[in-house]
Amino acid sequence: MNIPTGRLAVWWVLVSEIVIFGGLLVSYVMHRLGQPEWAEQAAHTHLWFGATNTFVLLTSSLSAVLAHRAAEEGNGPKAAKLLHLTCLGALTFLIIKSVEWTDEIRSGFTLQDGGFWSYYYTAAGLHAFHVIVGAVIMLWVAASARKNQDLHRVENIGIYWHFVDIVWIFLFPLLYIAK
Amino acid sequence: MSAHGTTQAATQGHGAAGHHRNYVKIWAILVVLLVISVVGPMTGIRVVMLITAFGVALVKAYLVAKNFMHLDIEKPIVHWLLGLALMFMVLLYAGVAPDVQKSDGQNWKKDAGYHHLPPQPLEGAEHGGAGGGHGGAHEAAKP
Repeated sequence: MNIPTGRLAVWWVLVSEIVIFGGLLVSYVMHRLGQPEWAEQAAHTHLWFGATNTFVLLTSSLSAVLAHRAAEEGNGPKAAKLLHLTCLGALTFLIIKSVEWTDEIRSGFTLQDGGFWSYYYTAAGLHAFHVIVGAVIMLWVAASARKNQDLHRVENIGIYWHFVDIVWIFLFPLLYIAK
Repeated sequence: MSAHGTTQAATQGHGAAGHHRNYVKIWAILVVLLVISVVGPMTGIRVVMLITAFGVALVKAYLVAKNFMHLDIEKPIVHWLLGLALMFMVLLYAGVAPDVQKSDGQNWKKDAGYHHLPPQPLEGAEHGGAGGGHGGAHEAAKP
C-alpha cells in the first residue's frame, strides 16, 4: 500500500467522520425538504456570521497547508508558527460562534424550539467541538514541530483540519443561505 | 525521533508534489466563490440561489480536497475508503427519505398536521388514570 501509517489512520478517522456528519446532514436535508415550514425558522439565522466564519476557516486552511509545506522543507519553527496561526483562526471561529449563539438564545431560539433549531445547534455544535479538538491537537503538534521533531504529523493534522473546513462549507449553505 | 520524523516528512509526504501549487491563489478563488455564494441568493431567483449556494459549495469542497488535502495524488485505497463512506450517506438518504418526505405510500398516509400534533393524553387519562395528562386527580378533587 505504501502509505504512512499515521496518514492512513487520519483518513480512516475521516471516513468515520463522514458517516457521522453525513448522517446528520442527510437527515437535515430530508427533513427540510419534507417540512417547508422550517424555512421560516431558518430565516432567523445570521448570514454574515456564517459567511465570516466560512472566510475564517478557509483562511485557516491556507495557513495549515502552508505549515505542511514548511514541514516538508524541514523548517519546523516556521511550520509551528503557521500552525499557531491556524489555531488563532480556530479561536476566532469559536468567538464568532459564541457571539452568534448568544444572540440566537437571547432572541428565544433554543435547542428545544423545534426541529430546525435542534439540527442547527446539534450540527454546528458538533462541528465546533471538532474545531476545538483540532486546535488542541494542532498546538501539541506545533510544540514538536518547533523542535523539528515529528514533522510528518503537520500534514496529518492538516488533513483533519481541511476536512473540518469542508464540513463547514456544506453547513454554511444548509443553515444560513437556504431560506 | 527528530531525524526520523524529518526524514519521514521529506520522503513520504505530499510536499514534493505540492510545491508547484499556488496555495494563495487557490485560497483567493475560494474566497471569490464564497462571495458568489453569499451574493447569489440576493437575486431572489430560486434556481440561482440553489446553484450559487450548493453548486458553489461542491466546487469549494472539491478545491479544498484536491489542493489542500492533496487527494489528487493520494493512494487509491484512500479514494476507496472515502467513496465507501459517501455511499453509506446516499444509502441512508435513499432508505429513509421516502418515509420522511412523502405524505403517503402503500397502505399508509400521514394525517393532516402530522408535524404539529399536540401531545395526546394517554387513554383513560381523562378519567384520572395513571399518568393523567391534564391533572385528572385535580379535577376529581374539585368540589
